Amino acid sequence: MNRFEYIRPRSVAEAVAAAAIPGSAYLAAGTNLLDLMKIGVARPGRLIDLNHLPGLDAIETLPGGAVRIGAQVRNAELAHDPEFARRFPAVAEALLSGASAQLRNAATVGGNLMQRTRCAWFQDTASACNRREPGTGCDALGGENRMHAVLGWSEHCIATHPSDFCVPLVALDAVVEIEGAGGRRDIPLADFHLLPGTTPERESVLAPGELVIAVRLPAEAAGFAAHARYAKLRERTSYAFAVVSAAAGLRIANGRIVEARLALGGVAAKPWRAEAAEASLAGAAPDADAFRRAAEIAMAEAKPSGDNAFKIELARRIAIRALTQAAAGTPDRLPALPASSFASNAGAPNMGGLHV
Amino acid sequence: MSMSVTLTVNRVPHTVQLDDPRVTLLDLLRERLDLTGTKKGCDRGQCGACTILLDGRRVNSCLALAISHDGAEIQTIEGLAEGGALHPVQAAFIAHDAFQCGFCTPGQIMSAIGLIDEGQAGEDPERVREGMSGNLCRCGAYRGITEAVIEATRSMAEDAQEKAA
Repeated sequence: MNRFEYIRPRSVAEAVAAAAIPGSAYLAAGTNLLDLMKIGVARPGRLIDLNHLPGLDAIETLPGGAVRIGAQVRNAELAHDPEFARRFPAVAEALLSGASAQLRNAATVGGNLMQRTRCAWFQDTASACNRREPGTGCDALGGENRMHAVLGWSEHCIATHPSDFCVPLVALDAVVEIEGAGGRRDIPLADFHLLPGTTPERESVLAPGELVIAVRLPAEAAGFAAHARYAKLRERTSYAFAVVSAAAGLRIANGRIVEARLALGGVAAKPWRAEAAEASLAGAAPDADAFRRAAEIAMAEAKPSGDNAFKIELARRIAIRALTQAAAGTPDRLPALPASSFASNAGAPNMGGLHV
Repeated sequence: MSMSVTLTVNRVPHTVQLDDPRVTLLDLLRERLDLTGTKKGCDRGQCGACTILLDGRRVNSCLALAISHDGAEIQTIEGLAEGGALHPVQAAFIAHDAFQCGFCTPGQIMSAIGLIDEGQAGEDPERVREGMSGNLCRCGAYRGITEAVIEATRSMAEDAQEKAA
């Protein structure tokens, strides 16, 4: 880990002012940043500690019903907030399907948005990576790339954004509150992360020194609570990033879908909202045909970036699964394995089963 | 640049001078306070061997900067037994053979205490396994670990009831 100067601001304004100096990075929990510093991928000269700032750790319901989540709220705290989980169950399920209990107790809302890709080439400083070091090339393109992007990638970068949390958030029209030297601004989460294009080193619309201070979900997002699920395929049952994932929300009346939301994870450098697929579901009966059609539309533009053509079919299937589960209704209590395709045998003890 | 951090570790306050802000909570515990019960496995938040309770919540101490947690209350494996009496989770791990080599065990036990306190898993083995998935055991003692956590959950609930009565 490189040496750095440690700075503990007392207010958001002080933090933003401190971060104006080049080489600065914000420290939230550090669950991703410290890891990247240990392997030399991140080398900030100054760490601006957000952990002692007032006013960033509240979950507030705003007049009108929107919810505002402070950037320093911990993942576990949000997922287990009863009111939040009741109104936004797919978000809680996504949070609880990510990382481990230890990491969820530490990792923050803002940090989740800002986490870096888990592309192995990005994490290996001996490899060429345009995202880490612009202009050096992309060793992932010709390398082990079965986990890489199938949507929105370019020949400059095929990395994915690893977040689970962001997938239902983008489906539910989340808005990111940002503070910088120029003041405060809001940006839809859908526009927050950038696709790689020719500048994969630009991962979000944040200008240098800008800070995520909160994420808001509009009141309407709670309208999907009765039919909202997150589904995620992993290479082991728990504590793994998504190969592909999907968040689905439905509003159903008189046997018809009034409004649908669908977003995919693990497929692109950003959480992938599937708006055309959503539009195809409006007015349809919530059945297998409609869900298959929607999944086809969601992945219509997909193309493999390497040895990952299987992810296109897998993404269709996880979208269908999330929509099917959403249509069946949000369970009263989250399953033992959140977002998992594996389920225990109707609550029977499974001491010798597959997941031991 | 010299800086100091004050931590309460196993109910004992410590003020430690740091000449470098890079020190993690894990390294501070092991190298500065000689509390080597907390283990360094991967040092990257992937194995759970370094699990401690930080202000009552289980976290990976390898991914926490000590300087950022000035004033925090920490509990480690060394602080569990009272006098000669083992903590119920420690006793359950022995009763159920919940380890072989023992390297992951302090992290497993601290994680189990965190899990039981969170109250989400109860005595459901599937929920216990899911809740303990942040702690790897390369000897593969998972079955015993699951049984131990369930037994400790039960015995601690009974103790709490007896105390309340």
